[in-house]
Amino acid sequence: MAGITAKDVVLTRYADTLQKLDAPKGRSLTQDALRRLMRNRAAVISIAIVVLIVLIAFIGPYFAPWEYSKVDWTAIRKPPDFSKAHYFGTDANGRDLLARCLQGTQMSLIVAAVATIVSVVIGTFYGAISGYFGGRIDAVMMRFVDIMYAMPYVLFVIILVVIFGRSPVLLFVGIGALEWLTMARIVRGQTLSLKEREFIEAARAGGAKSQTIIGRHIVPNLTGPVVIYATLTVPEIIITESFLSYLGLGVQEPQTSLGTLISAGAQVAESQTWLLAFPAVILVTLLLCLTYIGDGLRDALDPKDR
Amino acid sequence: MAPILNVKHLDVKFELHKSEVHAVRDLSFSLEPGETLAVVGESGSGKSQAFMGVMGLLAKNGRATGVAELAGTNMLGLPSRELDEIRGRDIAMIFQDPMTSLNPTLKVQTQLAEVLVRHQGYDQPRAIRAAIEMLERVGISEPARRANSYPYELSGGMRQRVMIAMALLCRPKVLIADEPTTALDVTVQAQMLDLFRTLIHDFGTSLVMITHDLGVVAGLADRMMVMYAGRAVETGTVDELFYDPRHPYTLGLLNSTPHIEERARRLSPITGAPPNMEHLPDGCVFHPRCPYRFDRCFAEVPALTTLPGGRSKACFYGAPLIRKEDAA
Amino acid sequence: MLNYALKRVLSMLPVAFIAVTACFFVMRLAPGGPFDRERALPAEIKANLLAAYNMDQPLPVQYLLYVWRLLHGDLGPSMVVKTYSVSELLGLGLPFTLTLGFSAFIIATTMGILAGVLAALYQNKWPDYVLVLVVMVGVVVPNFLTAHILQLVFGVYLDWFPAGGYFPGSIPHLVMPITVLSLAHLARVSRLMRGSMIEVLGTNYIRTAKAKGIGARLVLIRHAIKPALLPVVSYLGPGLSYLLTGSLVVEQVFGLPGIGKYFIQAALNRDYGLVLGTVILYMVIILVLNLIVDLLYAWLDPKVKYS
Repeated sequence: MAGITAKDVVLTRYADTLQKLDAPKGRSLTQDALRRLMRNRAAVISIAIVVLIVLIAFIGPYFAPWEYSKVDWTAIRKPPDFSKAHYFGTDANGRDLLARCLQGTQMSLIVAAVATIVSVVIGTFYGAISGYFGGRIDAVMMRFVDIMYAMPYVLFVIILVVIFGRSPVLLFVGIGALEWLTMARIVRGQTLSLKEREFIEAARAGGAKSQTIIGRHIVPNLTGPVVIYATLTVPEIIITESFLSYLGLGVQEPQTSLGTLISAGAQVAESQTWLLAFPAVILVTLLLCLTYIGDGLRDALDPKDR
Repeated sequence: MAPILNVKHLDVKFELHKSEVHAVRDLSFSLEPGETLAVVGESGSGKSQAFMGVMGLLAKNGRATGVAELAGTNMLGLPSRELDEIRGRDIAMIFQDPMTSLNPTLKVQTQLAEVLVRHQGYDQPRAIRAAIEMLERVGISEPARRANSYPYELSGGMRQRVMIAMALLCRPKVLIADEPTTALDVTVQAQMLDLFRTLIHDFGTSLVMITHDLGVVAGLADRMMVMYAGRAVETGTVDELFYDPRHPYTLGLLNSTPHIEERARRLSPITGAPPNMEHLPDGCVFHPRCPYRFDRCFAEVPALTTLPGGRSKACFYGAPLIRKEDAA
Repeated sequence: MLNYALKRVLSMLPVAFIAVTACFFVMRLAPGGPFDRERALPAEIKANLLAAYNMDQPLPVQYLLYVWRLLHGDLGPSMVVKTYSVSELLGLGLPFTLTLGFSAFIIATTMGILAGVLAALYQNKWPDYVLVLVVMVGVVVPNFLTAHILQLVFGVYLDWFPAGGYFPGSIPHLVMPITVLSLAHLARVSRLMRGSMIEVLGTNYIRTAKAKGIGARLVLIRHAIKPALLPVVSYLGPGLSYLLTGSLVVEQVFGLPGIGKYFIQAALNRDYGLVLGTVILYMVIILVLNLIVDLLYAWLDPKVKYS
C-alpha cells in the first residue's frame, strides 16, 4: 500500500504482535522493549534532556527575572546582558528573550500535547468505526486515509486557519485532526481482528456483552501503541506548529511559540543574531532529542532494524 | 582417486557484541567424486555454517579459516572475483527455504539464465532455452510457461525444483544441498529424493546432503558425517554408522528415530539439551548428555581418530555400542 | 500494466472530486468572508461585490458554476487582488514553483537513493556516518530554520551565493533554495533506502544470487536494488507533499517568484479564491504524481500488478 511511513510500519507491526499474545505476554513484550530502550544511551540522555526542558519551560517562568510581555524601555534590541538580568538579550520591543523563549517553549509543548490527544481520539474513533462496520464502509474510509497520506496536510490546516481565524483551539484541533491517520490504521486493524475473536467468544460464552470484550481486549492492547505513537508524533506536531507560527498563521501575540520567535529573529538575524540563535537552539535540541527517543523506540520494538 | 572436495581444519567463527561464537571447530572431511555424503546433526551443530563458510556466504560477522580444496584450489582466502568464477560453475549450493530463496522481482528464466550467461558465455536467448530444458529435466510441467513467470506464482515444491535446476545448469562437480526437503510436504519430499538420485547419477555430481532426517540419509547417501556442537564426531559409510555406531551421539540419533517396522515403544530422545555455543563445557562437548562417559571425558577433548576401514570417531569409549533394537 | 494504470486513474477521480467539493463547501460555509474586514462596507457596495463574484446565488448554484469553470481551467477571480483571476496569478508563479519543486525532488531522490545504497554497503564506516549526520540535520531541523541559517552563513557572512531574489537563468540564485528544499527529502529517502538495502542484502535470495557466482556488481544492480526501492517508492507520494509545502517557505525566505509568496499572502488576507485555487492545483499535481509513483511501484513489484 503506497503511502506508509516508517512510523506506521513500526506501530502496526507492534500492535499486530500485541494482539496475537494474551495480556501478560503482551505486557512483557512492552517491558522488554522498554528495557531495550533504557540500554540505548542516546535515547536515555535525550529523555533526560526533554524532561529537563519541559520542567524549565513550565517552572522556569516563576524564577525568571522578567515576564515575557513586560517591556524594559532601557534595553531595546540589546544582546545578552547579565547586569540587567537579560540573559538571552531583548527583542525589538524591549521584551526579555529568555522569558519569551520559556513562554514559547511552553506553548509549543502544550500545542503538541493537546494536538496529540486530539489525534489519538479522532484516530481511535475513526479506526474503531471503520473496523467495526467493515465491508464497504471500511473500504471507503481506509481509501480516504490512503489518499490523505499523500496530501499536503499542512495546506489543509492553512485552509482551516484562513477560514476560522487564528484561535489556539483551532490550532490544537486542526493540527491534531491531521495527524490521526496512523492511529486510525492501527485501531482499525485491532478492531478487525477483534471482531473475529469476538464472534468466537460470543458463540462460546453465549452473549457476553461487547463492551466488556472491547474493554478487556482493545484497551490494554492499545496503551502500548498509543504511548509510542504519541512519542513519535510529538516532534511532527512541534514542527507543524512551528511552521504555521513561522508563517504567521499559528500562535498569535502576545503569546508566542518557538516558531514565531524564530520568524521574528530571522528577520533581524544579521544584526541581532541572539534573537534567532536562542529559540533555534532550543527548538533543534528539543527535536533532536525527540528524534533520538523515537529512533530508540523503533529499535527497541524491532531489534533487527539497524 | 583424489577427493573432489577436501576440507581440513575448517573453523568458522562469528563475532558478537561481546563474545565470539565458534560455530565450526577443526572440521576435516573429504568428498570423493561421484559419492553422496550426508552431513547429519541437530540445529546449531554447525552443519550449515560449515558449508556456508566454504562457499563464502557467511554473514558479515563471520570468518572461515582453514583449507577447503575444490579440485585442488583452496576456496577459503580466494579473492572474491576468483571465488565467483568457481561458485555456480564448479560448486553450487541450494538452501532450505525455497519460498524465500528466489528473487521475487525477477522472472524465473532471468534468474536461471544469468548463471549460463555468466559462466558459459551463452547469450540470453540460448541461456533461456537451456534453462527451460533443465526445468523439464527437474520435473516441472509446462517449463516454458513457468520460466516466464515470477517465483510467487510457483508452489514450494516447484520453487525447490527451480533451485535444483539453477544449481545444476553448469554441471558443477559438487552440489551442496542444505536440508532441501525440510520445508516441503512429506509427499513432495519423496519425489525430491528421487529427483536427486536421478540427477546426480545422470550428471555424475558429487553431493553433500545436509540433513537431520535419517530417512533421507538412508535413502540417498553413501557415507555420512555426524556433527555435534561444531565438530565432526563420527564419519563412515551409512551402513557402518547405522548398524555399528561408535559414538554415543550417533547412537542417540538412531535410537530417537521412530522405526515403522518395530512394535511400538516409547521414543527415547537424547537426554539433556544442545550446548550453548558461547559457553561450551570442558572436555568432550557431548559428555553432559552421554551415558557412556567416564572421567577422561570431563577433561580432555577427543580428537577425530581413524579406525580400520576408513571410518573415524571422536570418542574415548572403546567398546562397540549397543543399539536399542539389539537390546530388545 | 495499462489496465492497472487505468484503474488507478479512475480511482483518483472521485477522490479529486470529493476533495474539491469539500474545499468549496467548507470555504463558503465558513464565517466571515473576504469582504468582512475591519471597516464595514456600505451594504449596497457589498451586495454589488457579492453579485459580481456570484456569491449571492444559492449555494448549490455557486457550486455548479465553480465546478463548471474549474473544468475549463478557470479557477475564478481572486477575492482580494482585483485585477487578476486566480488562474492568472497562479500562472505567474506556477512555472517557477514547479521547476524548483521538481528539480529539488529529482535531485533529492536520486542522491538519497545513492547515499542510502552507499551507507548500506559501507555500514559503520565513514559514508555511513556522514549520512547519519546529514539525516539528522535534514530530518530534525525544520526547513524554515535551515533556510535562514544557510542564507545567513553562505549568503551574508561568506557571500558565496546571492542571499535571495532571482532572475531567469541564474543558477547561483537557485543553489541555496534547492539545497534547503532537497535536504529534508534527501534525508528521509536515504534513511529509508539504507534500511531497506540492509534488509534486502540479508535476504535468502541475495544469498542465492551470491552463491551463483554472478559477481558483486550484478548482485547489487540486478538483484538488490529493485526490491530495496519498494519502500522508497512508497514514500515518494507523501515525500512530494512535504516538498511542496516546503517550497512555500523556501520561496518566502529567498524571495523567489513562485506561488508560495501568493499563497501565504492569500492565507493571511483570507482570500478564498486564491487559497482554494492553489490547494486544488497542488492536489492535482500530487494526484498525478501519486499515479506515476503507483505505476512505478507496480513495475518494481510484480505482485501488485496481478493482484
